[in-house]
Amino acid sequence: MAENKNSLGRELTKGIIKENPTLVMLLGMCPTLAVTTQAKNGIGMGLATTFVLLGSNIVISLLRKVIPDKVRIPAFIVIIASFVTLIGFLLEGYLPDLYESLGIYLTLITVNCIIFGRAEMFASKNGVVASACDAIGMGIGFTLALFLMGSVREIIGGGQWLGMSIPVLHDNPMLLFIMPAGGFFTLGMIIALVNKLSNKKPPLELGCKGCPNAANCSKNGGDCQ
Amino acid sequence: MKTMFVILLSAMLTDNFVLSKFMGICPFLGVSKKLDSASGMGLAVTFVMICATCVTYPIHHGILVPNELEYFDTVVFILVIALFVQLVETMLKKCIPSLYKSLGVYLPLITTNCAVLGVTVLNIDNNYSFAQSIVNALGGGLGFMLALVIFSGVRKKLEYADIPETFKGVPSTLIAASIVSVSFMGFSGLFN
Repeated sequence: MAENKNSLGRELTKGIIKENPTLVMLLGMCPTLAVTTQAKNGIGMGLATTFVLLGSNIVISLLRKVIPDKVRIPAFIVIIASFVTLIGFLLEGYLPDLYESLGIYLTLITVNCIIFGRAEMFASKNGVVASACDAIGMGIGFTLALFLMGSVREIIGGGQWLGMSIPVLHDNPMLLFIMPAGGFFTLGMIIALVNKLSNKKPPLELGCKGCPNAANCSKNGGDCQ
Repeated sequence: MKTMFVILLSAMLTDNFVLSKFMGICPFLGVSKKLDSASGMGLAVTFVMICATCVTYPIHHGILVPNELEYFDTVVFILVIALFVQLVETMLKKCIPSLYKSLGVYLPLITTNCAVLGVTVLNIDNNYSFAQSIVNALGGGLGFMLALVIFSGVRKKLEYADIPETFKGVPSTLIAASIVSVSFMGFSGLFN
């Protein structure tokens, strides 16, 4: 039992630092860059994605023996898209401001590689409890990464943070940081910092191991690089 | 005619899907290492974007809106795209094997490319007419290809550059992308 608890704890915590989906496995780059002009939007996007990830992981893990292998990809997509529609309604009803500022990127959670990747690599092979823990851990890791990105860009680019104004930067914000170019730059710097701190050989390429399409790629005899 | 031209150019340059809307970042970073694979991916995405728009637009306005089922948009659109990609792959394999050889590898990757789902949803959100939607999809696809082709040139140079150990690989690629994105900011204000 103790061992069981240990492994569940590992599923829960691995996504936060060691296998952080955004900063280490480099998945889900589009929302990471697009919505992080403010820390608040980063948290909102992170939590919305966590909700979809948790729902889809649980349902896919429950249905993993029912869904035939050949049609699993369309089946996963329908399950994920249903949860995205659901969270869209919830946000529109209860948090209309956040719904407005996330805009089209809320719909695009459907094609976030983190969700599809976890469905393909974890939920379709593991039990419900483990899948739920995995989803929560990955979701928290994603939310933290987005919050970090959003904080850096909002502080430097907007001179404020969660509504508080930052003394010197408030009068001289570096607008570039909240523009698209600043998004690429901030993410590049944060990943470089993670590489430095983790003391590992940096990932030289976007890893095929994290890519949900890896199986398709190798089947076609091509390299996705 | 003038609005068509504005839609085409703004989808290609000022509102470039990759560099200002951040859609399709994964293929942008993953497939831009070589010029031929970058242009191949760009062509495949343009093709699927136009086809997906041709199919999703009538479905939205002909089936979902009259029955008040607009909230099924996401589910239906992504299914259409997934089916379409599969269909195109099978058809190309049978009918035009030479084109399949050059595009085939990229086709499965397109289902999860957010630029394709993005363009179909944006067409509906912006209330474009059918012709405007097609032009928007064409512009978006060409803009995606342009960004990929330009960036593949930048990466070629980057390969031979002497970069500090921590910045090797993804960080330097992202910072280079940021500089390319700055250059695309020069197009803003092209239309009013």
